[in-house]
Amino acid sequence: MPHVQTRPGSLTDDRIADPWGPRTPYGRGEAWPTRIDQYLAAGVDEADVDRWVQSASVLHSNGDALDIAVKDGRIVGVRGRPRDRVNHGRLDPKDLFGWQANASADRLRRPLVRSGDRLVETDWDTAMGRLVERSKELLDGPGGWGRFGFYTSGQLFLEEYYTLGVIGKAGIGTPHMDGNTRLCTATAAAALKASFGTDGQPGSYADVDHCDAVALWGHDVAETQTVLWMRLLDRRRGADPPRMLAVDPRATAVAREADVHLAVRSGTNLALMNGIIRELLTRGWYDADYVDAHTIGLDTLRQTVDSYTAGRVAEICQIRAADVTAAAELVGTCDRLLSTVLQGFYQSNQATATSCQVNNIHLLRGMLGRPGAGIYQMNGQPTAQNTRETGADGDLPGMRNWDNPEHVAALARLWNVDLHTIPHWAPPTHAMQIFRYAEQGSIRLLWISATNPAVSLPDLSRVRRILSQPDLFVVVQDLFLTETARLADVVLPAATWGEKVGTFTNVDRTVHLSEQAVEPPGEARADLDIFLDYARRMDFRDRDGAPLIRWNDAESAFEAWKACSAGRPCDYTGLSYERLRGETGIQWPCTADQPDGTERLYVDGVFNTDPECCESYGHDLATGAANSADEYRAKQPRGRAFLHAADYEPSPEVTSEERPFVLTTGRTVYHFHTRTKTARAAQLDSAAPDVWVELAESDATELDIGEGDLVEIRSARGALQAHARISGIRPGVVFVPFHYGYWEDDRSAPHGDAGRAANELTMTTWDPVSKQPIFKVAAVALTKIATGDARSSPAPTVGGPAPVGPGVAPTVGGDAALVTSTLGEPA
Amino acid sequence: MNLAHYLGLLDRAEQNLAAAFRDVGAAHTDEPDVLSVCRKLATQCDRHAALLHPFAARYGEAADDEPDRLHAEIFRGTRTGGLGLLRDLHDLYLMAAECDISWTLVGQAAKGVRDDELTDVVARCETEAATQMRWLRTRMKSAAPQALVVA
Repeated sequence: MPHVQTRPGSLTDDRIADPWGPRTPYGRGEAWPTRIDQYLAAGVDEADVDRWVQSASVLHSNGDALDIAVKDGRIVGVRGRPRDRVNHGRLDPKDLFGWQANASADRLRRPLVRSGDRLVETDWDTAMGRLVERSKELLDGPGGWGRFGFYTSGQLFLEEYYTLGVIGKAGIGTPHMDGNTRLCTATAAAALKASFGTDGQPGSYADVDHCDAVALWGHDVAETQTVLWMRLLDRRRGADPPRMLAVDPRATAVAREADVHLAVRSGTNLALMNGIIRELLTRGWYDADYVDAHTIGLDTLRQTVDSYTAGRVAEICQIRAADVTAAAELVGTCDRLLSTVLQGFYQSNQATATSCQVNNIHLLRGMLGRPGAGIYQMNGQPTAQNTRETGADGDLPGMRNWDNPEHVAALARLWNVDLHTIPHWAPPTHAMQIFRYAEQGSIRLLWISATNPAVSLPDLSRVRRILSQPDLFVVVQDLFLTETARLADVVLPAATWGEKVGTFTNVDRTVHLSEQAVEPPGEARADLDIFLDYARRMDFRDRDGAPLIRWNDAESAFEAWKACSAGRPCDYTGLSYERLRGETGIQWPCTADQPDGTERLYVDGVFNTDPECCESYGHDLATGAANSADEYRAKQPRGRAFLHAADYEPSPEVTSEERPFVLTTGRTVYHFHTRTKTARAAQLDSAAPDVWVELAESDATELDIGEGDLVEIRSARGALQAHARISGIRPGVVFVPFHYGYWEDDRSAPHGDAGRAANELTMTTWDPVSKQPIFKVAAVALTKIATGDARSSPAPTVGGPAPVGPGVAPTVGGDAALVTSTLGEPA
Repeated sequence: MNLAHYLGLLDRAEQNLAAAFRDVGAAHTDEPDVLSVCRKLATQCDRHAALLHPFAARYGEAADDEPDRLHAEIFRGTRTGGLGLLRDLHDLYLMAAECDISWTLVGQAAKGVRDDELTDVVARCETEAATQMRWLRTRMKSAAPQALVVA
């Protein structure tokens, strides 16, 4: 894509056609050059902007700092913040265009309550009154706590999660709280806890600047964190570029760039990892001194991986044995290895065991805590880290261990509540179990905030059935009338990014402040205000009869969270709103001793595995059986990390003659989650307007399916119809993006059999440790329904769905997608 | 020598447990974690039983008559619902405990007859038997408050 120079040092290009924009190559150890991306609405000039308001991105997990342009009380554009450590001015196309959704005409402006089969507008008093009346009724009597379920998000702000967490744990006292982070990032947390003792990413984004090898484990970073990909591409185009390994069944932009690409059969990741580790051990590509001083478990790991020869791995994963050894050599012989992991591992078979093997590679090679030697166990959503830290995913806040009486007592003191109010008799109830309790009727009130399970959970016909149960009181808090909101009893209109204040933390622990730029529409309220209002109406009290929630706005909630985080690995005590108003976000832990934050964890090879500190006493990776405190202590971790080992086992569902293909679901660069925002930005919507199915050329030939043909995809759960894209995906695997649902048709479910949500097909099953649903291994059958042509497929041509054949018009955004980039330091 | 009887006891206990894991998994297909782990552990019990067979042959000839009341019966079929799941897992736990302690005792006997091969088999299987109990305990602890207090 040619870039048009509009003025010195400034380029304009179509950021739909090229989501990654112009390159700014740099060499190893050099500073990543600045490139300020800016997009303003048509007809708005820089000089017209009344003010720029500090914020960061919320349409992916990278945590890119940006300023929101405001004119006449409306958002009119965005630009990247040049001095922020994360993005150096760059923005993802979803950030450049997605803000337009804020001003959509169909935003919810007033609360809605159910009246028979309709939702009718009402005022806040009526809606909250219904919710509170029902809550008090259910809370009355023994076991009242168990009748509540909370299902929140990875898209709210830290202050909101912490408040919700305190309401759940110290107000109602229920363990039934989780976030949709269970679907995206639970395995990252589980793998970090298992290997290192607590959650918290060891690495820094600056490791890209120093590494000489990058391994992308099931991570299509080019489409999910475009700015991180820009940084990697700039290194690849500069002097002394890093070698690159990609594990992905699709021919993504990452796979095409990589030096070694392993298109493994879906569901076999653990066999591959065991094979790579076996190579490292047999060839001596590990740091024996580091392993000896800083880890436990080498002997068991060695025994476990012993039978995973390259030949056997090649057979299981259906790849070439030479590629297994090439991958092992790439990660085994470099000086500074950077790894990044995402849904290809997290949403697949044996997720936690597999992700722990990435940690193992770094532990074996001593590749931690040094510039360039880092791990990103990635997040999928912008604020998922905060869901986990603050306990809105059910964990105890501050990475505390529910099984450690001292940790629970510390919270009881902080909140001034009775110890037994805080649910700590068993692990928190994960999302899939919350829905199961609702299905069985023991959970009677389900409060869903900022997420859309009627599109994003597996096996949607079951999810819709549960949400429609007459005895289940469903509360939905959202911006729009989503597929889920249509099934609710009460719908609460929420304010969103740009309309409220709060902080959030990205995967490399960088905390950003997002300020309010404009007023929310109608009567919509910040999620924090909704939670605070509920706590006040429920009259939650502490042990001395004072209000349980002692804060009343975002900044005071942040101060309360700081107190909760004190002394824990995610210590925020050195941060403040004032400090976050500076030029760059700041990484936790940030304390009086470390006022500028902490770039890398575990620099000294001492991990958070001490029994008094650790967040979990650990699990058997094959079954999820929990260790007791005594069993954990007997391992005598003494700050050493755990090398976990597990054997490969086939997926819960495998292909058959009847259903010969493996379905993998995933993402496009143009959409986020269930498209509630991105489909309401014209540039993004027109780039990827409808669902598609990708299949390999050889499979297409065999089934007589051509580019653009309409295909039915059917699993044991349901079916959907999509137009075909013949792509570079490996044979035997088909891909369907999970973003699409039914709200555009004013429905919560498909009409008849013609579904378009990928999760009509997926199965209710999850990883035994992280409890993350397994989205990427459903067995499906394909049937051609109608002939189309190259123009029929709505699939973009950018990234993973790039067509292999000729005649497909490239995806472009045209004049409406022109973005200005200013290279180099700002004037 | 009575070792053969204890090998027989353990063999039958592992086979019974395998069958019970399969029954419980199949009876609770709406609990996918129970289904998948029960299937996995049933296969593990099959393997445990198979590993014992060579030793049953080795010590069978020297065995006295089987004593009365050697075998215990715990499991009498699956139940439904949240409480039913808890009761079924509870049964499995008691059966797994029988296997677990039997492995310990067989291990003691193996040392007594100085059978290193049997000692190795015991070492492998008793670790897995302990993990089976830990999983059942973990799953029951999570389920109990909802099943006993809320539902």
